[in-house]
Amino acid sequence: MKLTGWGQYPIFEAAVFAPRSVEEVVERIQLGNAIPRGNGRAYGDSAISLSNTIDMKHFNKLLGFNSETGQLIAQSGVLLADVIDTFLPKGWFPSVTPGTKFVTIGGMVAADVHGKNHHKHGSFGSFIDWLDVVTADGDIKRCSREQDPELFDWTIGGMGLTGVVLRIAFRLAPVSTAWIKKTTIPARNIEHAMTIFESMGDATYSVAWIDCLSQGKDLGRSLIMTGEHAETGDLPEATQRAPLQSPNTKKITVPFNFPSVTLNGFTVKLFNALYYWIGKQRTKPSLVTWDSYFYPLDGILGWNKIYGRRGFAQFQCVIPLDQASNGINALLQAISTASAGSFLAVLKRFGNQNSRFSFPMAGYTLALDFPITEPNLKLMSQLDDITIQYGGRFYLAKDSRMTASSFKQSEPRLAQFKAFQLQRDANRTLTSEQAIRLDL
Amino acid sequence: MNKGSVLVLGARSDIGMAVAHRFAQAGYNIQLAARKVSSLDDDRSDLQIRNNIKVTLHEFDALDIQSHEAFVTALPVLPLIVVCTVGSMGDQTESAGNMASASRVMRSNFEGPASILGIVANHFEHRGSGTLVGVSSVAGERGRASNYVYGSAKAGFTAFLSGLRNRLSRHNVRVVTVLPGFVATRMTAGMQLPKLLTAQPAHVAEAIFGAVTKGKSTIYIKSIWRLIMAVIRIIPEALFKRTTL
Repeated sequence: MKLTGWGQYPIFEAAVFAPRSVEEVVERIQLGNAIPRGNGRAYGDSAISLSNTIDMKHFNKLLGFNSETGQLIAQSGVLLADVIDTFLPKGWFPSVTPGTKFVTIGGMVAADVHGKNHHKHGSFGSFIDWLDVVTADGDIKRCSREQDPELFDWTIGGMGLTGVVLRIAFRLAPVSTAWIKKTTIPARNIEHAMTIFESMGDATYSVAWIDCLSQGKDLGRSLIMTGEHAETGDLPEATQRAPLQSPNTKKITVPFNFPSVTLNGFTVKLFNALYYWIGKQRTKPSLVTWDSYFYPLDGILGWNKIYGRRGFAQFQCVIPLDQASNGINALLQAISTASAGSFLAVLKRFGNQNSRFSFPMAGYTLALDFPITEPNLKLMSQLDDITIQYGGRFYLAKDSRMTASSFKQSEPRLAQFKAFQLQRDANRTLTSEQAIRLDL
Repeated sequence: MNKGSVLVLGARSDIGMAVAHRFAQAGYNIQLAARKVSSLDDDRSDLQIRNNIKVTLHEFDALDIQSHEAFVTALPVLPLIVVCTVGSMGDQTESAGNMASASRVMRSNFEGPASILGIVANHFEHRGSGTLVGVSSVAGERGRASNYVYGSAKAGFTAFLSGLRNRLSRHNVRVVTVLPGFVATRMTAGMQLPKLLTAQPAHVAEAIFGAVTKGKSTIYIKSIWRLIMAVIRIIPEALFKRTTL
């Protein structure tokens, strides 16, 4: 069948099989060239194997919950949205959440996702207690920090290339309400934004939206949005009676691919200016629902189609802290010069992270998406080079177009990853189109 | 919160499991009955955790009709609602050539379901309340070369349900006949189904839930099927016998 990632680019003709039992998963792995697939929210070709894509949608069961510790045991095909629907009314929220709730827990493991609280709480991996993984030899192995820690560490962030994750035990965080106290702070330029980030390490959640078309001394003009889980006392009296209840919100669906002209330079400029202006009016803390705070784009189902038929690509890198100012400046300069203002440009401070193959490191991460055009693809290669020059690396869950050579230069951990795969015979049994493209 | 129990017969089927989820979501406790029922352990946890309800597992073989009375008596509580999704399509070519295969298809679509629902019906009649839901098929509306063994069993089952409804209406026991057309399930996997006519198991479950709540007698899944079947029934036999539907 025709298969793509969320960016609708590139498009493959791939064989997809959705096993219903563990035995069927084992059979698929042993056929070789297998890759597990969750809800297809990686942007590119991370979860696509031409001959053997394993769709994990039938593994969507919640297996156990400990209301003392908040530990949830779930099958890998469970959607984060289902976890929230089930547990927020009971006072629990994901400890780490990416920008969409339509990811599977298995996908969250594979990409070791981060959220707006990375600077404070780290990535999803830090909340995982154990994993059950079907490995290349067809065994189901339980691994944790104590038991087969090698498999555990390489699987978190390993993009599905170490085995098929079946079950995950991970911890949710207790919350008192379904609401977020959001504060928006305007920043004049990128230096100002970084100064604000550095002074706000205590904020639970923080993220900045960048106006990519600003230039010169305004380069990196942005809005920084911080958030805290509201306590019951923060809510209006009427809401206090059911603090964990989520208000109904209407969803809009994008029914078909927009013509590509919709997002020409003009509309992006207008959108940017408007967004900035609105944000500037609201500097006082306001109460917003968890859904609108964490998942604004989920409110527009199928938003990936507004880029039109050719699809889009996302660029996300992280620049280490000591190089961040110069590196992010150089990236923004290149984007601004190309006048390719992006629908979404997001800057975020990462905290420390020690992991085998995960994306985050202490520093700043920048994420933008671009409709697929020749000039934009060229610009993204240029951004790759700048990232490498400043010692940064790339988020594989977003990538759909990088070259093996750029990836290798950015990733000193690659040789060790491959050695682990070889040692576990996973190099033969597990691979994705992305892994082939990046020689991973 | 607790609304009583719903018994799902044939809970390992996609429709059966979707029905369990729909009623669990509405706050009913669920009794899952199937062969090799321990394979539904994960489903039990899932239903319980998502919906704050109780789920019990019950070994059940629709073809072993001798065991049916004991099966019902052994249930921890006589359910309010029973949904029977038991059935199997078999292979028409095989059923046409081999009576043992044909018999199995007939028994699993008619004899087994009729036996268990008949027994539960007696208990419901005695209690003076309850709803029985039988998942039959549009295939039972008229015999066709491509699946008449399956279709004839479903026809028998549909007639059985209609008679049961007639008998029990004075006793405050309701009977719902469900007539799905194409449904995308494990049973139909690999078949080329026309997208517009094909329902998902969750649609079937939603329709069943609606029919039970609103007290309907016979429902089609996707209303177009009511029309299609009306047309199919009306075709004169002299013409129908030469068609390949």
